Amino acid sequence: MNYLLRRLATFPLVLLGVSILVFVAIRMVPGDSITAMLGTEAGLLTPAQRDALAAYFGIDQPWFIQYWRWIGGIAHGNFGISVTYGRPVLDVILERFPLTLELALLSMIIALAVGMPAGIHAATHNEKPSDLGVRIVAMIGQSTPSFVLGLLIIYTLSAGFGVLPAMGEFAPLWQDPLRNLSQLILPAITLGFAFAASVTRIARSAMLDVLSDDYVRTARSKGASARSVIWRHALPNALIPVVTLSGIEFGYLLGGAVIVEQIYALPGLGRMVLDAILQRDYALVQGAVLFIAFNFMIVNLLVDLAYVALDPRIRLGEQ
Amino acid sequence: MTPLLSVSDLRVGFGRDPRANEVVRGVSFDVADGETLAIVGESGSGKSVTALSINRLIDFGGGRITGGAIGLKRANGTVLDLAGAGEAQLTGIRGAEIGMIFQEPMTSLNPVLTIGTQIEESFRLHRGLTGRQATVAARDALDRVRIPDAARRLKYTPNQLSGGMLQRVMIAIALACNPRLLIADEPTTALDVTVQAQIMALLAELKRETGMSVIFITHDIGLVAGIADKVMVMQNGQAVEQGELNQILDSPRHPYTQHLLRDVPHFASGRATRADGRREKSENRQPALKVDGLVVRFPLKSNFFSRATGAVHAVDGVDFDLMPGETLAIVGESGSGKSTTAKAVLGLVRSTRGSFSVGNAPAERNVRPVQMVFQNPYASLNPRLTIESILAEPVIAAGGRVDTATRARMASLLDRVGLPMNSLQRYPYEFSGGQRQRLCIARALMLNPSVVVLDEAVSALDVSVQAKVLELLVNLQREYGLAYLFISHDMAVVERIAHRIAVIYAGQIVEIGDAASVLSRPRHSYTRKLISAVPAIDRRHEHFEIDTRQVPSLVRPRGFEPTPARWERFGGDHMARVEA
Repeated sequence: MNYLLRRLATFPLVLLGVSILVFVAIRMVPGDSITAMLGTEAGLLTPAQRDALAAYFGIDQPWFIQYWRWIGGIAHGNFGISVTYGRPVLDVILERFPLTLELALLSMIIALAVGMPAGIHAATHNEKPSDLGVRIVAMIGQSTPSFVLGLLIIYTLSAGFGVLPAMGEFAPLWQDPLRNLSQLILPAITLGFAFAASVTRIARSAMLDVLSDDYVRTARSKGASARSVIWRHALPNALIPVVTLSGIEFGYLLGGAVIVEQIYALPGLGRMVLDAILQRDYALVQGAVLFIAFNFMIVNLLVDLAYVALDPRIRLGEQ
Repeated sequence: MTPLLSVSDLRVGFGRDPRANEVVRGVSFDVADGETLAIVGESGSGKSVTALSINRLIDFGGGRITGGAIGLKRANGTVLDLAGAGEAQLTGIRGAEIGMIFQEPMTSLNPVLTIGTQIEESFRLHRGLTGRQATVAARDALDRVRIPDAARRLKYTPNQLSGGMLQRVMIAIALACNPRLLIADEPTTALDVTVQAQIMALLAELKRETGMSVIFITHDIGLVAGIADKVMVMQNGQAVEQGELNQILDSPRHPYTQHLLRDVPHFASGRATRADGRREKSENRQPALKVDGLVVRFPLKSNFFSRATGAVHAVDGVDFDLMPGETLAIVGESGSGKSTTAKAVLGLVRSTRGSFSVGNAPAERNVRPVQMVFQNPYASLNPRLTIESILAEPVIAAGGRVDTATRARMASLLDRVGLPMNSLQRYPYEFSGGQRQRLCIARALMLNPSVVVLDEAVSALDVSVQAKVLELLVNLQREYGLAYLFISHDMAVVERIAHRIAVIYAGQIVEIGDAASVLSRPRHSYTRKLISAVPAIDRRHEHFEIDTRQVPSLVRPRGFEPTPARWERFGGDHMARVEA
């Protein structure tokens, strides 16, 4: 508990660092939000008009004043107004986030549901044909870019079965669960395939390590069956690398999956951030990066708590 | 009457073509009901493979039984050939009829399960016990192996118990279902000598209580002298000699058995100490190394910001001196502070207090007065460097250059430690354990040291290799006038090489003096306990006594200072700390 509080106390510090980095980085990109917003018409602005617009958005001030205003606003829960959407940044992000979260969760469920059994099977059938098969598929899964797989799935479905993935207006889960799932299942599979391949490989190698450990031999010397040796003795010891990998992958997915969102025309965080960068929508980029960093820290904390639950030797907060 | 276990012409191979890679080549032996058979051999002799073949755990280690039969007499009198039994049949036999304990108790228990769960599993598997019944049975099993406070300990995970305790838990698991055969594969090798004595005594008592048969695998023929009925000596996958214990020990016939009994260090209560190089009466020589009031403490903090609440007093006021040409052995059990002392002398850990002086240190370059040889020759040579680079390393580190003089020194040292001239361009993996330790010794001598610290330098080696490396060390000492600080837990080895012995307990020297005097007439109670725990062939008829005193905690509150030692002298330089 004490550890949890101390850990949470470090969050603002990290976020402060992230905020400075992103604030400076986005301003180092050439171009400004006025040009991006107006496109070619920006050339028609008189210098006075341009200055007035800059003053309106507050970008005429030196960067540290801008930063101070922005961070002061955040302290009051105000992340600023998005130039492109004309709405508060937090509203825009929270509108997109449920889809991204759901997609990340679905992908992880698929990855674990497929990857764990495949990895365990490969480890227990080491160097047998089925192990080789699993390893080849995992290798393909890891090395296939998601846009290739995504397009392949769409093409196969439409050309082979005449089915099109459910496009159109995105339906949130709580409004139309069936339609929501039909919209998300293919993107989740696309993302989950590569994720599953990673899980398979890490689960296989962790299980192989553990299966040659002394306590597995002890379990066998007690007369434990092959099944009990694998599920009861070996697997709990092999989970830590899987949890580590899943945490990192899940954290990345929470930042949005630009390519897959693009292919399946989904309004997720990834595309939103990409557009915001292209539009020089400073407030939105900054807010989104902070939001993503915060999520990543939460995921890391959960991963560390999972370690403690999995292995009694691990104590948090000790040196 | 049919024996409990009858192994005939057992052959076991490994790899893709097991018949071509046999490591057990035609071994036959019987174990009668209630009998203890000791299988003795060095690494690679096939003793562990033989043991693991009996309950067919070898199948999971990549081995294959290529010939022979393993007849096990079942409870109903029928004989089952385990060599041809199916996996389903075998899981019913493992744990129920054949129990097994292993070398490393620290890694042999599942780290994520409580020991209670792990003991209960045996009862669930073979007795069908569940819930409360299983818990009660597990508690009784722990009581049986004399673990105090069993009910509470059931909830511990393995990381909360010491090695000796864990080995008791292993024994509790192996004996849970009263198997008629227990296979013990080097069960005490990883343990301290006093803990080893406790485990051996426990095994002897349990054997008397249950009447089970035991197969005891070991590299130490002295260890089984007290408990075995029969001995089988293995070498290169074959049984070179087997027979009754006394016959093997008193009149061994095979040359290898004779070698194991005669050439290998066995503890002889101070009668096998060195006769050469005793400390001379003239005390006016300058010591090669003098240590005064050495203190090493590791502060304990609950977190990064808070102040130290206490400290681990790893070494708490150690003084000794070491003359040129002399060996001082520091003996003690794990956690006693003996290795920390060595590391402090080398500057590898920072000492909290105390001073060292290294006598007549020459001021030239390419000379470092103190060098070290470590325990594990496999881990202490960089596998990516050639032997030439490895030997050049200390010279370069001391600011020297690899010139013709350096090369000449490499060549002469290699020759001196008994390695072929063409070794320089080879890599460590091409050498055996004993050869690697010779390389480590050559490396330590590259800078012409006056003191060599040997931290368990022969402990990882096979017994017959140990004898040869010890001999080399003694010869080098005479030749170069080296002073050795020899850290070891092995009294038999210490007896062969030490002139003087310092016994260290809980960070303090409790007894120091002439080797023969300390070993034959120990004065401090801890030294006595340590020496009585050492297995010895000529003490085989004596009984082990169980002494379960724990080493006191070395964690002290902030500002704690130990009371100054009072010493009692016993003639010569033999003295012991006065006990409270």
